[in-house]
Amino acid sequence: MAAGVRPELFSQRRRPLWELLIDRGFHKVVVLLAAVVGLVLFGILLTVVGGSREAVLRFGLGFITNSDWDPLAEHYGAFTAIYGTLVSSLLALLIAVPLGVGTAVFLTENIIPLAVRQVLGVMVELLAAIPSVVLGLWGIFVMEPFLRPGLETLHRLLGWIPFFSTTPQGPGMAPAVLILVVMILPIITAISRDSLMQVPISLRQAAYGVGSTRWGAIVQVILPAALSGITGGVMLALGRAMGETMAVTMLIGNSNTFSLSLLAPANTISSMLANQFGEADGLQVSALMYAALVLMLLTLAVNLLAQLVVRRLSLKM
Amino acid sequence: MTSFTRGSLTLQPSLPRNRWNQLLTLVAGLFTALAVLPLIVVIAYVLFKGGSLITVRLLTELPPPPGLEGGGIGNAILGTLLVTLVASLIAVPVGVGSGVYLAEYAKGGAFSRFVRFGANVLAGVPSIICGVFVYGLIVSTRVFFGQSYSAMAGGIALAVLMLPTVIKTTDEALKLVPQELRWGAMGVGASRFITISRITLPAAFSPIATGVVLAIARAAGETAPLIFTALFSPFWPEGLFNPIASMSVLIYNFAIMPYDAQIALAWASSFVLVVMILAANLLARWLGRFNRP
Amino acid sequence: MTDSSTCLALENVSISYSGQLAVSGVFMNIPRGKVTAFIGPSGCGKSTVLRALNRMNDLIEGCALTGRVVFDGHDLYDPRVDAVEVRRRIGMVFQKPNPFPKSIYENIAFGARINGFRGDMDELVERALRKAALWDETKDKLRESGYALSGGQQQRLCIARAIAIEPEVILMDEPCSALDPISTLKIEEMMHELRKSYTIVIVTHNMQQAVRVSDYTGFYNVTAQPGSDRKVGALVEFAETVNIFNAPKQQATQDYVTGRFG
Repeated sequence: MAAGVRPELFSQRRRPLWELLIDRGFHKVVVLLAAVVGLVLFGILLTVVGGSREAVLRFGLGFITNSDWDPLAEHYGAFTAIYGTLVSSLLALLIAVPLGVGTAVFLTENIIPLAVRQVLGVMVELLAAIPSVVLGLWGIFVMEPFLRPGLETLHRLLGWIPFFSTTPQGPGMAPAVLILVVMILPIITAISRDSLMQVPISLRQAAYGVGSTRWGAIVQVILPAALSGITGGVMLALGRAMGETMAVTMLIGNSNTFSLSLLAPANTISSMLANQFGEADGLQVSALMYAALVLMLLTLAVNLLAQLVVRRLSLKM
Repeated sequence: MTSFTRGSLTLQPSLPRNRWNQLLTLVAGLFTALAVLPLIVVIAYVLFKGGSLITVRLLTELPPPPGLEGGGIGNAILGTLLVTLVASLIAVPVGVGSGVYLAEYAKGGAFSRFVRFGANVLAGVPSIICGVFVYGLIVSTRVFFGQSYSAMAGGIALAVLMLPTVIKTTDEALKLVPQELRWGAMGVGASRFITISRITLPAAFSPIATGVVLAIARAAGETAPLIFTALFSPFWPEGLFNPIASMSVLIYNFAIMPYDAQIALAWASSFVLVVMILAANLLARWLGRFNRP
Repeated sequence: MTDSSTCLALENVSISYSGQLAVSGVFMNIPRGKVTAFIGPSGCGKSTVLRALNRMNDLIEGCALTGRVVFDGHDLYDPRVDAVEVRRRIGMVFQKPNPFPKSIYENIAFGARINGFRGDMDELVERALRKAALWDETKDKLRESGYALSGGQQQRLCIARAIAIEPEVILMDEPCSALDPISTLKIEEMMHELRKSYTIVIVTHNMQQAVRVSDYTGFYNVTAQPGSDRKVGALVEFAETVNIFNAPKQQATQDYVTGRFG
């Protein structure tokens, strides 16, 4: 039947039923699969909100400002852990942002040969792949002993400042902050590098064209143009730092006693969860769920803010 | 006439602007060195300290009771593989399916915006919260044959963690497939299902595979969601509905023990884990090269 | 209203995108076994109408059609009609060559296979490639990727792909606009062969091409909507190609074919 117009009637040629059913069924299946994300999210919210109900009713908002965590007296306040979460992640950010953005600039500018830059870029990305627990192990046995003399000197010289007022005894806030820096550096570097590479070459040429020096162009033209992406990356890193568990848990000392000193053991919400959740029961589980709820709200706020900032800043361009 | 002073064309390194340039370049170089240094040190430590401990016995035996010497991490290696497999078997179909929905079917309505938003939010949920969720959903309710801690629960917790990555990767990879290819398939009478399964998904295979491998590698190294879902076990895996050992939890548990034998096993586990994860990363990079068949 | 010589009948077809009218009030009987060309300035809706003929517009967000497109006694937009089946009977060749990322052989076999072809696939592939005048160039490299071919060859591969599923109608949306003159010539020669077996509808922005390949020509034009400055496409004149180019009835057609605008 190669030639001529075939006289079959339209209705006589039909797709087989099974083929039609597969086509429709597939559509339904992917819609259902897409709904799973929503279900999981609601599930998480329900679990955490439901689980924390008892503690919320019992302690109210005082839970956040009270630093007394006493399983024996069944009295719980998570201020120490919340403070630890915020301080550790913000301090880590303070150190990691200049390092990460500086590295990103170094890796996008033509200061060293492209091949070397690419190798360094891959290495930074691989650092992001190293499991947190391995960094924790390294932190306990290599980094912390290596840092201790330095921290002791710091205490001797600056012990009159409340932040360095205790003798370092191993685990504490300072080693936890430094391991967090190692963990979030790759995120900041990778995202800053991507944003810098997306700055149109014409902008750079324009800056050089009016006689700008290399760093004049970077500081005044290129970094501002990449600001939205970099800010987004920094916020993402902040969210990651607040939720980071293993390496911090292994290095922070897990103490529920509040101390201003960065050299003293401290706690974060996530390390408290990691430490106590498995063995807790009754009201303690509920209090931990309450702390988890606080952590979730904090990271959610930071992540939403990150998306908002990226959208806002990129509109201005 | 000009209102500017003109300098000489010869480079004068002593000019303030040139001094600044040199200084800032130096600082940026220093920062890069500081950023790369931990990687080199961590990898070197793990490879030398962990690698020197690796023997066939270590890879195939059970960990020793506290205080005794010898033993291995065989059960933890097997456990990590099992739990990650369970996680992948859940997260990859669900994630790829959701990605297909977003890229191929979604019409920009409320549901698809909600799914995209949900994937973004889920990506930002701390991994320990995934553990708390699965603890509340599965472990404390004992839904699986009355068992509390189980390999299955651990796998599900890791799957929750992987899901957003797989969804986003699939969505973005499918969006890169040229629209003309879909038209071509539709034009020869392919149904949506055939167009997706035979043309668009294969065309997007390489980026999807890259993303999936990276997600699996990340999940394999996760500890926080496993500590109170899969727990740990000093024995060989006993099916999917019992507690199970994993390398990451082994490192966490053994690192804080006062016994040298256990600490050595933690280093050995780190070695195996890091080698596996780096290999997966290299595999992902290699997969990323196949852009077109 | 439709007799046996009519293949596709458009009855008062209007098409809109997201509520914005793009083409309005098209009546047209596309004759069976002939080549029909759609010409007109850009934005006149000729491609939109073409894509409506095998429901490719279904894939475009917010596209809606009123009126009837009758094929074989069926309204193609009747809810009971299966759009996938429509496209199996009315094939399409697109503006940009779009071979699948598969081998040359698989590019052709794909369509046949999903249409339930049971027979000698090698023979079918050879037949399709011969009809598309591509056999001699590709017979030794059937296993190579379709992307390895030149642009003109790729477009002929796409035509072969469309022929392989033995449609009754082949729609061509400016098939030569991305090609060089020599490739264009080859495709036009091929169309002279294809017209013996198929009804062909071709959209072209090239009036010489319409004269060379078509039996009938429809001229579309954009006109401002009364009462607003939005422009909407409409069919101005539809007749045998010789009449459109030599004795057009409408002034707008006359102006367009003599090159006074567009």
